[in-house]
Amino acid sequence: MTDITVPYAAVLDELESEAIHIYRETAAAFRNPVLLYSIGKDSSVLLHLALKAFAPAGLPFPVMHVDTTWKFKEMIAFRDKRVAELGLDLRISVNEAAVTEGVSPFSHGTHEYTRIMKTVALREGIDRYGFDAAIGGARRDEERSRAKERVFSLREPGHRWEPRKQRPEFWRTANTTLSEGQSMRVFPLSNWTELDVWRYIEREGIDIPSLYFAKPRPVVERDGALIMVDDERFPLREGEEAQMRSVRFRTLGCYPLSGAVESTADNLADLIAEMETSTVSERAGRLIDGEGGGSMEAKKAEGYF
Amino acid sequence: MSATGTTTGTPVLHLVTCGSVDDGKSTLIGRLLAETNSVPLDQLEYARRTRRGGSTIPIGDVDFSLLTDGLEAEREQGITIDVAYRHMNLPNGRRVLIADAPGHEQYTRNMAVAASNGDVAVLLVDAARGVRPQTHRHLTVCALMGVKTVIIAVNKMDLVDYAEPVFNEIVSVVEATAARLGVPDVRAIPMSAGAGDNVTAPTAHMHWYSGPSLLGALSGWEPVEDNSAKPFRFPVQFIVRADGNFRGYAGTVVSGEVSKGDEVVVADSGRTAVIDRIVTYGGDLQTAVTGQAVTLTLDHEVDVTRGDLIAATGPTLVQPADRFSADLVWLAEEPLAHGRSYLLVSGSRSVPATVTNVRYRLDVVSGHEHSARLLDMNDVGRVEIATDRPIPMDPYSTSRDTGGFLLVDRVTADTVAAGLTRHAMRRAFNVVPHTYDVDHDARVLMMGHPGKVVWLTGLPGSGKSSIADAAVRRLHALGVHTYVLDGDNVRAGLNKDLGFTPEDRAENVRRVAEVSKLMLDSGLVVFVALVSPYRSDRLSAKALFEPGEFLEVYIDTSVDVCAERDPKGLYAKAAAGSLPNMTGMGQVYEEPEHPDLVLHGVGDIEATVTQLTAVILGE
Repeated sequence: MTDITVPYAAVLDELESEAIHIYRETAAAFRNPVLLYSIGKDSSVLLHLALKAFAPAGLPFPVMHVDTTWKFKEMIAFRDKRVAELGLDLRISVNEAAVTEGVSPFSHGTHEYTRIMKTVALREGIDRYGFDAAIGGARRDEERSRAKERVFSLREPGHRWEPRKQRPEFWRTANTTLSEGQSMRVFPLSNWTELDVWRYIEREGIDIPSLYFAKPRPVVERDGALIMVDDERFPLREGEEAQMRSVRFRTLGCYPLSGAVESTADNLADLIAEMETSTVSERAGRLIDGEGGGSMEAKKAEGYF
Repeated sequence: MSATGTTTGTPVLHLVTCGSVDDGKSTLIGRLLAETNSVPLDQLEYARRTRRGGSTIPIGDVDFSLLTDGLEAEREQGITIDVAYRHMNLPNGRRVLIADAPGHEQYTRNMAVAASNGDVAVLLVDAARGVRPQTHRHLTVCALMGVKTVIIAVNKMDLVDYAEPVFNEIVSVVEATAARLGVPDVRAIPMSAGAGDNVTAPTAHMHWYSGPSLLGALSGWEPVEDNSAKPFRFPVQFIVRADGNFRGYAGTVVSGEVSKGDEVVVADSGRTAVIDRIVTYGGDLQTAVTGQAVTLTLDHEVDVTRGDLIAATGPTLVQPADRFSADLVWLAEEPLAHGRSYLLVSGSRSVPATVTNVRYRLDVVSGHEHSARLLDMNDVGRVEIATDRPIPMDPYSTSRDTGGFLLVDRVTADTVAAGLTRHAMRRAFNVVPHTYDVDHDARVLMMGHPGKVVWLTGLPGSGKSSIADAAVRRLHALGVHTYVLDGDNVRAGLNKDLGFTPEDRAENVRRVAEVSKLMLDSGLVVFVALVSPYRSDRLSAKALFEPGEFLEVYIDTSVDVCAERDPKGLYAKAAAGSLPNMTGMGQVYEEPEHPDLVLHGVGDIEATVTQLTAVILGE
């Protein structure tokens, strides 16, 4: 038995090469692929990997943001900045009908809101532009039902995910053939962990929204979660007042559904140090997952990422 | 790998875990994950307070098996039905990606998936119950899929009082099988996943064992074979074009290494070139090693397309061939059909291929070879494969990436088999088509019209033969040279060895299609009147021809009308139960999705024929 020490960089190198391989396969095999860009840290890493995969050429496909209209203001500003810097072909998909109806996280339950503003908007965007493959940043470590997710995840007509129809994955060889009405979701970060994502952001100097870093922000406490009051649409309860507390976010989504954590980590090194001692999974801060053990699975079957 | 990193050892170890449900596999993986801090606290908490029906673990203790549960349906059934992927961080920094394969017999195919990337297999054996058929099955599949290190984990040693003879007995049986299968690296560890013996730390319960715990074995593991020392192989995934006439070939080095200035060969065409640049986002590299995703440019213009293999020159070069001997793991519910055309997908390469022969089916428990004509789901067998064009395939034993392939159904797009190339067949190199001066074009000039194949498909009794007969009379009078290949007539001679099972029907269609291709080449307008009930068979037939040469004509006559006509008395026999394979009765007829023409088998046949001949003559 020899002593073997593996540097973290070597693990990241291998994960990076795997992701690039998946990107190239997707770009070549599908007629009209799209990168789903949701502005957060995983999307930032995805975008960086896409730049690496096709250099010296640019991205050979557009990026699409599914906008629920309830994202943090700063996320939208960050998105527009990155799009301008990189010259991306950005498509935005909004469920306009639901916006007109006034669907919000406060008017509908989180599950129904997510279905209408995220799942339906995603499906509509994919259909409108005729995308046959959508690349996303889902990781297998996020949630237990994700452990069985494929890298190339098949969707039946109507975007349905059927666990029993998923294709077996051998070696580096993917079956990217589609029959009528089928489409593919592709997950280049499948084998990454949350810490890998942070370590990679640090190593590569990847730009991310500052919401990930601690700063005094106006928050209220709802059902044990710290929610940031990001704009005037937030309905404060009788006598309720936003307090300034030093918080950061582990995942970014719709601001009324994103729980903040109290923290003073205002730089990457401190943040990663906090991460390494954290023992709570990141989705714990996401209010949409908390409804029943298999709620993620139920959402996926409907076409959610 | 980026420009900045160099790798020593194997940073990511692909582990496959196998064993029966009752061997305690979920508990073993759960404990490994928990004791390496690879699960978040809230998931551990969940495993403390949740209990499955029948569980005897007290609330408050961690039920490790719950940590590896996945889908809701499985939680309800209390079993694992698919491959699950998890990660584990070892104290020395090594990442372990665990592919967890289920233990049920019917899921041998999932076992093959999990083992396909495996460096190391942990094979669980229940000490109390001993070696079972399942153990041999999993070991065989691991060996077949190229797993080089097998760790025999003799689990539940606490139930046999940690007795050494029990351990030795099990290990000797498994080792004998491993030796027969040629597994190069076999170790054995006595353990108890439930009690925590030898999982992540050595135990005091078995002084007779001095080896490492499972965690220690995984930390110290080194590969038996070094892929980077093998010949250079680079399947081209994507052509990168950029400003200034940049043309690069993007892909991953799957074995060996390549440096700027090396001479390489495009194995598909045999053309050689010299590596000009090794391009990455972070800057050019001098050398790219196994596992690195890079973009290569060549010193001069060579024809390279996606799917081509760039390889080292010299004696290790693989020659393109169009016939291969291969092992298949059959994955689909529908069995393998001889003569049916599938897509062979290997890396980024995709080529139509046919299984021409099944040599034998392998009994994965005993290792015996049984003669077989087909392969069913979960079967493993040796076959011969013919591809539509020559491709360079390495033996699987040399390279998983360039020797492994998938077979994909051309209609459903499902992956139906995983294939492991054994060797190219010599006779493929010896068949060299001869080109004759008097060719199809010359014959078309003499005939005065081009050849065509008019493929009439439909139920028995739908009117295919009658329509063919009337159309040929009409064309003959116009001076068109015709011939009819009628299903029943062909079965009296050329195809008299074939029956009516789906695989025999596929072969029937294949032969008729090949004959009609020869006749077309001779300049004839060929009518095929054949039930040909399966979409994929007709698709295979059509694939032999150039666009415009092949007309798929669907004779759309309802089964009621056909049964009433019953010109050959077939429907009466089927109704009496003496024709189980009768199309439209015992077997399904798959209507064409995009026929070139639909004709109705009822009504004025002369009008129908006018419609048909107009299309044939291009009027």
